[in-house]
Amino acid sequence: MASPRTAPDATLKNSRSLSLRIPEPRFRPGETADFSSMEIPEAGETPRPAVDTAAKDMRELAYGLIRVLGKDGRAVGPWDPKLDVTTLKRGLRNMMLTRAYDDRMYRAQRQGKTSFYMKSTGEEAVAAAAAMVLTREDMCFPTYRQQGLLIARDYPLVEMMNQVYSNGKDPMKGRQLPVMYSSKKDGFFTISGNLGTQLPQAVGWAMASAYKGDDKIAAAWIGDGSTAEGDFHAAMTFASVYRAPVIINIVNNQWAISSFHGMAGGEGATFAARGVGFNLPALRVDGNDFLAVHAATEWAAERARSNLGATVIEHYTYRAEGHSTSDDPSRYRPTDEGKLWPLGDPVERLKQHLIQLGEWSEEQQQSLHADLVEQVRAAGREAEANGTLHAGDRPSVKTMFEDVYEDMDWRLIKQRQELGI
Amino acid sequence: MNAQIEKTAAAADEAGKSIPMNMIQSINSGLDVMLGRDPNCLIFGEDVGYFGGVFRATEGLQKKHGLNRCFDAPINECGIIGSAIGMAAYGLRPIVEIQFADYIYPGYDQIVSEAARIRYRSAGDFTVPMTIRTPYGGGIFGGQTHSQSPEALFTHIAGMKTVIPSNPYDAKGLLIAAIESDDPVVIFEPKRLYNGPFDGYPDKPVTPWQKVEGNLVPEGYYTVPLGKARIAREGADCTILAYGTMVHVAIASAEAVGVDAEVVDLRSLAPLDIETIEASVKKTGRCVIVHEATRTSGFGAELSALVQEHCFYHLEAPIERVTGWDTPYPHAFEWEYFPGPKRVGAALKRVMED
Ligand SMILES: Cc1ncc(C[n+]2csc(CCOP(=O)(O)OP(=O)(O)O)c2C)c(N)n1
Ligand SMILES: [Mg+2]
Repeated sequence: MASPRTAPDATLKNSRSLSLRIPEPRFRPGETADFSSMEIPEAGETPRPAVDTAAKDMRELAYGLIRVLGKDGRAVGPWDPKLDVTTLKRGLRNMMLTRAYDDRMYRAQRQGKTSFYMKSTGEEAVAAAAAMVLTREDMCFPTYRQQGLLIARDYPLVEMMNQVYSNGKDPMKGRQLPVMYSSKKDGFFTISGNLGTQLPQAVGWAMASAYKGDDKIAAAWIGDGSTAEGDFHAAMTFASVYRAPVIINIVNNQWAISSFHGMAGGEGATFAARGVGFNLPALRVDGNDFLAVHAATEWAAERARSNLGATVIEHYTYRAEGHSTSDDPSRYRPTDEGKLWPLGDPVERLKQHLIQLGEWSEEQQQSLHADLVEQVRAAGREAEANGTLHAGDRPSVKTMFEDVYEDMDWRLIKQRQELGI
Repeated sequence: MNAQIEKTAAAADEAGKSIPMNMIQSINSGLDVMLGRDPNCLIFGEDVGYFGGVFRATEGLQKKHGLNRCFDAPINECGIIGSAIGMAAYGLRPIVEIQFADYIYPGYDQIVSEAARIRYRSAGDFTVPMTIRTPYGGGIFGGQTHSQSPEALFTHIAGMKTVIPSNPYDAKGLLIAAIESDDPVVIFEPKRLYNGPFDGYPDKPVTPWQKVEGNLVPEGYYTVPLGKARIAREGADCTILAYGTMVHVAIASAEAVGVDAEVVDLRSLAPLDIETIEASVKKTGRCVIVHEATRTSGFGAELSALVQEHCFYHLEAPIERVTGWDTPYPHAFEWEYFPGPKRVGAALKRVMED
């Protein structure tokens, strides 16, 4: 036994005053971002464990960074998914189409054709690669920034636009804010505006598949900022406890509106590392590297399909544009921060890879871009003929009272009459 | 609107000069005044620090008062409210922002089971002088997750105070009173009124508050007491009970159909100024209740029961409720959902026929 202490009052008294810590990002408007101190492992450096590795034996993956595409555009290392050229081109096209779609819809909002829009610029690889790994039977539980899933699954752009315009052909019947799509047949769960709620639901979907003895898995996405929500922790606990066949994707694009990733606890620890405490395998991936995202998703999907349970993937990326059409990022971060982002742009990097393989050229890139822009433009014309938020056809007002319940009760019937329709 | 200022020299001194402000500016001013007066006041919430809040209510406050007086919070409403409760119990007066009322639900357990009951369950040993500010209501094409009016979910909680201003003067005065209250208070700020009054005609351009006659807000300290209603329009024929955005819609609706309605702006739903309600309904003999929230179990149900209990023998017509429909708030059908002048006017005509 240690020698007895003196009176506790005297020893436990604080000798200096405490102070409250408020985290702040390193760079603010007017300053130049400097990412030179960021630790970026070389492509190919991070090992690839066998899919059945115990979570406790692969903890370092939560702190590494899975990268396949090196600076020279070459694919290297154990995570190279070795995709054929057709698949690579398809991936490039999916990302570029998403970007072209985003650009058009952003402008449409600026022109007053709808109320709101959100782009996924700079983080297209996250959705595009996942959509190409998962099957349509696997349910995706996206946030508002995974429009790329639908696009990669060839969901018609016109339908997406109809939703954004809340027009007469809007599959959501004008009920949802723009970008809150839903398509069960494409494995795309209805998007909620409330952050994080989709995560435990995805785990439940996966548990249901396991309960039924099916072979489907689920995948969910959540932003870095939203990992702070309790729903995230609920999902992680359930995914771990029930070994649910689900992939939990954390899209760390560094920002949550004006709050930097440190406001969600991402300064000292990685987001992937949260998996460690839950005994879940966790992969940290260069989210701007299409091949790395593809490979990590394949690893996690195979693990889930083998009944080995959930995987957490942190996609390390950068939100290249404003949070939404309501946002002005120059108010809270340096305007050149995105350009200085050391992991580059996912479209540029996959393009460079294809060129390096001798399968692609700048000219082909330009002509594909022009083609896609034209596709989007044509879809835009068609959608606008169905109406925009304030002009042209709208869904029937009557439908406003439908789908609240399976059957309309007397209150809704009466209220509909009161509205005079 | 300045009538509420106590005419004592000291109060006038503290209130200082009155200038035109919009509702965001008056809220910002109220927060600024309280950060300046009371070192125990501090503000936090999503995006409220450096950025100044998505509606800019906290703009400049971090710069002026320091990083730890007005700062960002992780996206966790349970954490925001729960930690504010802890701070308040310690002796601070935290003022937290929930970015949209639609996002308050993850913090609901902390409000219902904790904030509202801590005084009671500890027999006064601990108290929670916490203020929650949150924008609510529709009219901005926010869809179902940026438009809700969940006030009845809060008035139903014993131990919570629920406040809803309808103009810049009240917004600041009620805010300061809420901050100084030793009980937890939730303030629902009608976001459609931030820039200017809204009378329910969406195609009319917004008149900014700065151009509204008589809209003067003292730059300094003053309060509007919690639990005191305001007669927003005097009238003899019918009482309209309203709060928030609907105060303006009620006045415009009455004028549109030529009914001499008395519009009572409740300002605070809990505590509720039953005397003012009772006096008005007894005077007019008729009562229309309006709110944006869904009808079933909305605050109108409570008001209707109270009017019936207090004024039954003075009523000359059945009480009417004009409210949002019992559906989520649909994006495209904002104006079919919103209980605008057409529906309020029709209700006024119906009660006047009886
Ligand atoms: C429960 C809830 N709280 C707050 C909001 C408001 N809000 C919408 S998006 C957002 C930031 C989310 O950031 P992040 O999770 O990093 O995703 P990102 O936008 O970067 O994709 C906030 C605070 C919300 N929609 N839901
Ligand atoms: Mg983010």
